[in-house]
Amino acid sequence: MPIVTSVDGSVWRRRAPQHQLALWVGWFALICLFVFCWQVMTKDTIWSFVWDAPRQAADIGDRMIPPAFGYFAELIRPLWDTINIATLGTLIAIVIAVPVAFLAARNTTPSARMVRPCALLLIVASRSINSLIWGLLLVTMIGPGVLAGVIAIALRSIGFIAKLLYEAIEEIDESQIEAVTATGASSLQVLDQAIVPQVMPAFAGISVFRWDINIRESTVLGLVGAGGLGLKLQASLNTLAWNQVTTILLVILTTVAVSEWVSARVRRAVI
Amino acid sequence: MLRIEHLRKRYRTGDEALRDVSFTVPRGQITGLIGPSGAGKSTLIRCVNRLVEPTGGRIFLDDLNVTALSRSQLRKARRRIGMIFQEFALVERLTVMENVLSGRLGYVPFWRSFARRYPPGDVDKAFALLERVGVLDQADKRADALSGGQRQRVGVARALEQDPELLLIDEPTASLDPKTSRQIMRLIREICAERNLPAIINIHDVVLAQAFVDRVVGLRAGEVVFDGLPNALSPEVLTRIYGEEDWTTLHSRQDREADDARSLDGREIVDGELERRASLA
Amino acid sequence: MANWNAEPVSPETHASVVSAAAQTWRRPPLIRSRALRWILGAGALTYLTFALGSLEVSWLRLYQGLERGWRFIQGFLLPDFVSRWSDIMIGMQESLTMTLTSTVVGVLISVPVGIGAARNLASPPVYLLCRGVIALARSFQEIIVAILFVAMFGFGPFAGFLTLSFATVGFLAKLLAEDIEDVDESQTEAIRATGAGWWQLINYGVQPQVMPRLIGLSCYRLDINFRESAVIGIVGAGGIGATLNTAMDRYEYDSAAAILILIIAIVMAAEYSSGFVRKWVK
Repeated sequence: MPIVTSVDGSVWRRRAPQHQLALWVGWFALICLFVFCWQVMTKDTIWSFVWDAPRQAADIGDRMIPPAFGYFAELIRPLWDTINIATLGTLIAIVIAVPVAFLAARNTTPSARMVRPCALLLIVASRSINSLIWGLLLVTMIGPGVLAGVIAIALRSIGFIAKLLYEAIEEIDESQIEAVTATGASSLQVLDQAIVPQVMPAFAGISVFRWDINIRESTVLGLVGAGGLGLKLQASLNTLAWNQVTTILLVILTTVAVSEWVSARVRRAVI
Repeated sequence: MLRIEHLRKRYRTGDEALRDVSFTVPRGQITGLIGPSGAGKSTLIRCVNRLVEPTGGRIFLDDLNVTALSRSQLRKARRRIGMIFQEFALVERLTVMENVLSGRLGYVPFWRSFARRYPPGDVDKAFALLERVGVLDQADKRADALSGGQRQRVGVARALEQDPELLLIDEPTASLDPKTSRQIMRLIREICAERNLPAIINIHDVVLAQAFVDRVVGLRAGEVVFDGLPNALSPEVLTRIYGEEDWTTLHSRQDREADDARSLDGREIVDGELERRASLA
Repeated sequence: MANWNAEPVSPETHASVVSAAAQTWRRPPLIRSRALRWILGAGALTYLTFALGSLEVSWLRLYQGLERGWRFIQGFLLPDFVSRWSDIMIGMQESLTMTLTSTVVGVLISVPVGIGAARNLASPPVYLLCRGVIALARSFQEIIVAILFVAMFGFGPFAGFLTLSFATVGFLAKLLAEDIEDVDESQTEAIRATGAGWWQLINYGVQPQVMPRLIGLSCYRLDINFRESAVIGIVGAGGIGATLNTAMDRYEYDSAAAILILIIAIVMAAEYSSGFVRKWVK
């Protein structure tokens, strides 16, 4: 209790003494952990490099401006590839994520003991691995190119879409399902008439949101060889052509801004 | 006709929601189910179409033993039973028309319902029902764009679209204001009279029950403690059902309400009541 | 669609309207304008044709890839934690330390920036400045930022720490600012009415409302930072990503699988415990 009674009467404190103590201990532990991690992390840091950073930054900045405007023409095909990687990857992911989400949701899974954990494991595995790593794996397996990028994006997006979708499915209004079941509908009909209409807005929002994120991720997939603007970025970095890098960054910025605008519009429209 | 024999429901937690409930509802009779919260009214209604599975007893719809049906047979039985819900339970993002047509889901194969290509007879029926309940002009609106009273009317239309032989109605007026409540109850009573439909109405408003039903079944702690005419609900009976309470105010309000009902609705209702009481005998 | 929306006046007209409409009903389509539907449909089809066409699929390479993929799956079934254990340890160490430090520092910086980016709390110049910082932090993918920081600060986890902190600020400050802007004004109004100063207003009126979500988001960001830390190593910013890259380059699929399994396990553990923390905070 935050109220402590003593001889002189009741005293109010914001937190009970044990609670306060626990908080102090917790903060102390966090600070110790932070200091420990910092030491370990900066063990091999060459501090002279760090202090040199502003000068380095100025040097690079100098070489980045002015951007190489003639380079734009070379970026059109990679930009097209990037957009395709994101879009096709998202579409494939949607096709796979939807059934997985239904298998993972508590109220629609056919078996809570066997099927649901498998679906959840699939989702975690897909989410834990960044699309760049998926890209790395796929390039090693099927070679560099746009296809590796598409599959990499798809593999990452399945987990994202399925997780948000199954959370939406678990939150639907059960009474609507009850009503449709009471008419004598089969489970498929219940799915089509009562469940799908309820999760539709969430589904549309999630898909577009992921597409937007995928555009961002697709722009850098080329760094590991999976096609798109990233390939050009890798090439420019390797040759230290910083003004080309600026051009590429500008193109990325614009593309991301446009995709974010599109995504925000669509999400507002489907509420 | 509905026959309930020794119905029992015990939940896994040990709660006995229903203990040995038995009664029969003949054609055309509207039975009101009253009782305190937790008495088992909702459970009873849901046991009839097995939305809740009974743990004992039998339920007969005419000659069909509902409690012994397999899943596919149960679906066929369910389409003969129309259900109306307290919170309307319409699929909010679908249009009014789609909601009414969903009453036919038990009769059409999946591809038809998916493509929304219902047989013309069903569509005609839907239009007629929407007109009958008074929301024809809302047919293409999304269900969540309607008021509470309108939604409940659509709920009634959906139940009737099934061409049911029995109506299960779970607290149809709990979410409605007093005036709309009376309108809905009146609609239900008229429709049951037109189609000679038996109905069980789970209702918490005793006054409303008395004004609109033919027979009252009082449930308390899962057991039937009263089964008779609405005007037999004396304070002693109400105490038996609901427990200790000063029922005198209820009585004077009842009298006032009954007077209102008679003066507003006129002679037809009084005549209809006599007919229904005759069928009870 | 028959016009049964028209107002029926007399029973006769009403009946005729009903019977005229009674023949057909189709579900109103999602996009009402027929022309727009056709345009969108045709556009989507054209796009898909071109996009799929641009994929240069070498079936031979794909087939070869299946063999490698099979070897990779075998690596998963028998992961090798042992041969590259020291490399894996160093990589994991870097990743974990980077994650914690960058999240802590990121949260600490996000709080003032987030407050400064809230329209209902900050003055216009401060608001613009903070929103600008957030936009900058969010514009670029973490890996691009990592490349820049590595070029500036040298290889190693320090650059990675800076990258992740920067990204954390962009993520958390924006969500915090939105939360502050959504705060229940009646509560802050009441505090202001007592004559409280600005800091007291924040502490009594705003903080209690945004704290639970902030803690939840910080845990979520911790998870994201760990996943990111596993990637930025590819460009030299420290972490397990470098180890993974090397393993893949050497075709050591079993070591690579071991690393991936470790990553998945840590992410799962983090998610599980963050669920606890969130419940405890509620």
